[in-house]
Amino acid sequence: MSRPPPVRDWATDFDHRDPRWIENPYPIWEELRRSCPIARTERFAGAYFPSRYADVKAIAYDTEHFSSRRIIVRETRPPLIPAPPITSDPPAHRPAKQVLLPAFTPEAITRHEPRARDICRTLIARFAGKGGCDAATEYAQEIPVRVIAHMLGVPEQEGDLYRKWIHEILELGITDIQAALRASDEMIAYFAGHIAERRARPRDDLINYLVNVRVEGRALSDEHINGTLRLLLIAGIDTTWSAIGSCLWHLAGHPEDRRRLAAEPALMPSAVEEFLRAYAPVTMAREVVKETQINGCTFTPGHMVLLSFPAANRDPAEFREADRVVLDRKENRHAAFGLGIHRCVGSNLARMEIRVALEEWLKRIAEFRLDPKAPVTWSQGTVRGPRRLPLLFQG
Amino acid sequence: MAEETRLKVRIDREKCQGHARCFALAPELFELDEKGNGRERGDGTVAPELEDKAYLARANCPEFAIDVVEDESK
Repeated sequence: MSRPPPVRDWATDFDHRDPRWIENPYPIWEELRRSCPIARTERFAGAYFPSRYADVKAIAYDTEHFSSRRIIVRETRPPLIPAPPITSDPPAHRPAKQVLLPAFTPEAITRHEPRARDICRTLIARFAGKGGCDAATEYAQEIPVRVIAHMLGVPEQEGDLYRKWIHEILELGITDIQAALRASDEMIAYFAGHIAERRARPRDDLINYLVNVRVEGRALSDEHINGTLRLLLIAGIDTTWSAIGSCLWHLAGHPEDRRRLAAEPALMPSAVEEFLRAYAPVTMAREVVKETQINGCTFTPGHMVLLSFPAANRDPAEFREADRVVLDRKENRHAAFGLGIHRCVGSNLARMEIRVALEEWLKRIAEFRLDPKAPVTWSQGTVRGPRRLPLLFQG
Repeated sequence: MAEETRLKVRIDREKCQGHARCFALAPELFELDEKGNGRERGDGTVAPELEDKAYLARANCPEFAIDVVEDESK
């Protein structure tokens, strides 16, 4: 992993790759909210970091000044690689998003729940008798990859390949743009093969659906389909894996929450929302395309904005006791899935996977704790979640 | 019965982005269309025993798309 120079001052020199940020970003954000709510950095060829909910929301809603054509803060501005609809701005965004929505409604997602449950049980059976496991690599990371692979119609066994691409695009690629472009090219070739195959031999999966679908009478271009498939694979894996890992990490360290959730299964839906609020995995980005002012800060075209929904979710101006996990929080307008037109298309899928992953885990392993001898490690960059999560339990 | 005020829920379709929190929390009052966007059931009238759920849905809509209003016509 790259080692950027240490941050001198969070307000004027922030860097989300700094080990302190990766380990525990919340105190940094809290300090910024008080002292300098929109931080700046000359790194990444210029970027901003709004730490308050209201500013994050204003930027998310403002598609005129803030473009989604670049959604990852990198050291350079690489060529644009469209992955609609996440990289689309109005007016192209709407049709690209609409076409995906029917496959991701709560009702459509319900059909995948039995499979998700089977996956969780199979994984748990492998380590439940062993007295411990790495819940990030042996459990959390394996659930969403298998579900989304099944939905798309690509082999579940290729999870290592998919995770390699994700690591290269979202983590290594912040610094090493060649790694990101190479991974992107590999994904394009991979999905081009699948698209051609569906044309020859139709199947009942999302790739086939995108090949056949008509938007205002016209088929989607291969480039569009390919971009959407890359998006669904990347977004469908890394994010939910991180969320599930963070939930288990929290429960391992908070016996009172763990016992309460095991004893009151009806709490699960509100608990999932609260975990999503407190440990929102996804930080997006925007590129400033027109000068504007928000909360007294001038945003200069060409600079990036690190759009931190996780930071918005910890803002005490919006959430009472924002740094405390309250499993039965009643008022919870969290922004874990974004705000405005770019609301995560997979939000219902993610919610189902997190809920099922926790339900199945707690049914089989009600008591567990962090392994004091093995450290937890966290991802860096766009998605936050444990990458090593060694847990101990009764074998 | 004569003086009783009923509540009504209403979703602003322009603001709704399909988070589907309303449907999760108060399926008696809200439904989703084929794209997963929310809308009030029927004319949005809230039975007295569902008033808490109407306010709960409003308090959990990330887009502030839900209105709970007193229905003047009743």
